[in-house]
Amino acid sequence: MAWFNRKEKGIVTPTENKKETPDGLWYKCPECKNVMPSREHRQNAYTCSSCDHHERIGSREYFEILFDQNQFTELDPHLEADDPLQFVDSAAYTQRIRASQKKTGLTDAVRSAYGTMNELPITIACMDFGFIGGSMGSVVGEKIARAIAHALHQRSPFLMISRSGGARMQEAGFSLMQMAKTSAKLALLAEARLPYISLLTDPTTGGVSASYAMLGDVNVAEPKALIGFAGPRVIRETIGKDLPRGFQTAEYLLEHGFLDFIVHRKEMKEKFSRLLKMWLD
Amino acid sequence: MLLDFEKPIAELEEKLATMKEYALQHNSNGNIEQAIRELESSILQLKRSTYQQLTRWQKVQLSRHSERPYTLDYIQAICEDFIELHGDRNVADDKAMVGGFGKVAGQTIMFVGQQKGRNTKQRQLRNFGMANPEGYRKALRLMKLAEKFNKPIVTLIDTPGAFPGILAEERGQAEAIARNIQQMFMLRVPVICIIIGEGASGGALGIAIGDRVLMLENTWYSVISPESCSSILWRSWEYKEQAAEALRLTSQDMLHHHLIDGVITEPLGGAHTDPGLVFQTVKDTLLNHLEDLLALSPEARISQRIDKFCRMGVYKETSLV
Repeated sequence: MAWFNRKEKGIVTPTENKKETPDGLWYKCPECKNVMPSREHRQNAYTCSSCDHHERIGSREYFEILFDQNQFTELDPHLEADDPLQFVDSAAYTQRIRASQKKTGLTDAVRSAYGTMNELPITIACMDFGFIGGSMGSVVGEKIARAIAHALHQRSPFLMISRSGGARMQEAGFSLMQMAKTSAKLALLAEARLPYISLLTDPTTGGVSASYAMLGDVNVAEPKALIGFAGPRVIRETIGKDLPRGFQTAEYLLEHGFLDFIVHRKEMKEKFSRLLKMWLD
Repeated sequence: MLLDFEKPIAELEEKLATMKEYALQHNSNGNIEQAIRELESSILQLKRSTYQQLTRWQKVQLSRHSERPYTLDYIQAICEDFIELHGDRNVADDKAMVGGFGKVAGQTIMFVGQQKGRNTKQRQLRNFGMANPEGYRKALRLMKLAEKFNKPIVTLIDTPGAFPGILAEERGQAEAIARNIQQMFMLRVPVICIIIGEGASGGALGIAIGDRVLMLENTWYSVISPESCSSILWRSWEYKEQAAEALRLTSQDMLHHHLIDGVITEPLGGAHTDPGLVFQTVKDTLLNHLEDLLALSPEARISQRIDKFCRMGVYKETSLV
């Protein structure tokens, strides 16, 4: 005998009308499977309260974490990718762009803004990995170059938050030259003696690590971020051997002298402000 | 080693050589002379039609031709005197990156470039022209040395990429390349960069920031090799020809998109068919550019160099609606 009896026959609720737990109330850590309320996860700067796993967040979240009261003026929001080479692989580049724009609600893989961080004026550019793997094409290069130009003009410090697989293949030679363009602007920023903090997050590889991400007055990373020039797969294929444990993690780079420190996301605003105030007082 | 499209030409050339020998041994008569002239002209025609129609992938093959002149070949041919310098003063002397002071038409020039090897042993020694971080740091040290003594710099680029290895990562391949790119913008002396073979990605760019960036006709320069591009975007190594087409990586493509400043013409058939001619062309070209660049102040050169690279990129700027 069944515990419950169905009173009405033929109940056919369409899927979209079925009631479910509202999305986004809970966050489950992909590392330790710990479940926590989303609000708490957010208050924890999108890190796991149990294992400190840093979720791959984007510009929206970093701006919220770093700018005072989430107040900022976005720079150059209307730059969009063109398709100078009419690049087509398994899909056309223009289609990939449109699909990514639709999926993410972003125009391209970087956003830049100006505001204050603990009352200190600052220009921040932040990459969005969700947009074609955070790949660097002409728009990313140009927006970063303009953000640096803005910092030069305002005489403000510049903070770059990198999260990218590298250059965008669909723009071939053009994307390669964005490495040059951004590095040129950083040379001017250095000449003007303005501070540049580079924050490397998971992952930062390829043409991004081989240009602006490694050129900070201080290079800082989030815990356990993958950082390297060549990706682990390429290296494994080249040398035909397994890679050492912890290879290309933030901790490994710190150990080998390429980072100044590793910072927990909850503490970065305070620590960056303290450092900048030491330089600027 | 002959490339596929070189074979028909080589066969005719062999035939021509036999005919010439025959004519020499037997008192040549008008008929043979006539046949030789005809064959010569058809060889020339075949060459012209072959090399005018090369696909992008075939040009990539030419850029990697096993008989193509390498960096030290250029340096030795162009310089009246050359002193090679070694080491990055930190870790090692990277044999994949060579450099030193040379005299060209009485002027002292710093030469820096990736070096490939010609036989198995040399290839290993030179790591196939793939430099490690110490190679890029050696290059930067030599360029700063040139700046100190106010000597212009010529870089010769020929690399399938910066080396992807454990030690390379450990010693900061990314940092070394980034540092070079940034510092080259601020060099107060003239810098001329010439892609003489392969110009693969950051490994090439790490010594390719110049007042003039030139490519030899049958070379390639892009963000990734056609093979790697094929493996990433098509998830197979089989699409290298399509990838080469899509990447628009030839000298003509790069000039068309204003990503380089000029193309240096090669003899019909490629640089390896007449190295002497290529050396002379490269020498004349760099001396011409040098003369123009020396007429500018260091400040003017630096700001033009920066402006040039900052103009590169294609994007749409939509206005607020």
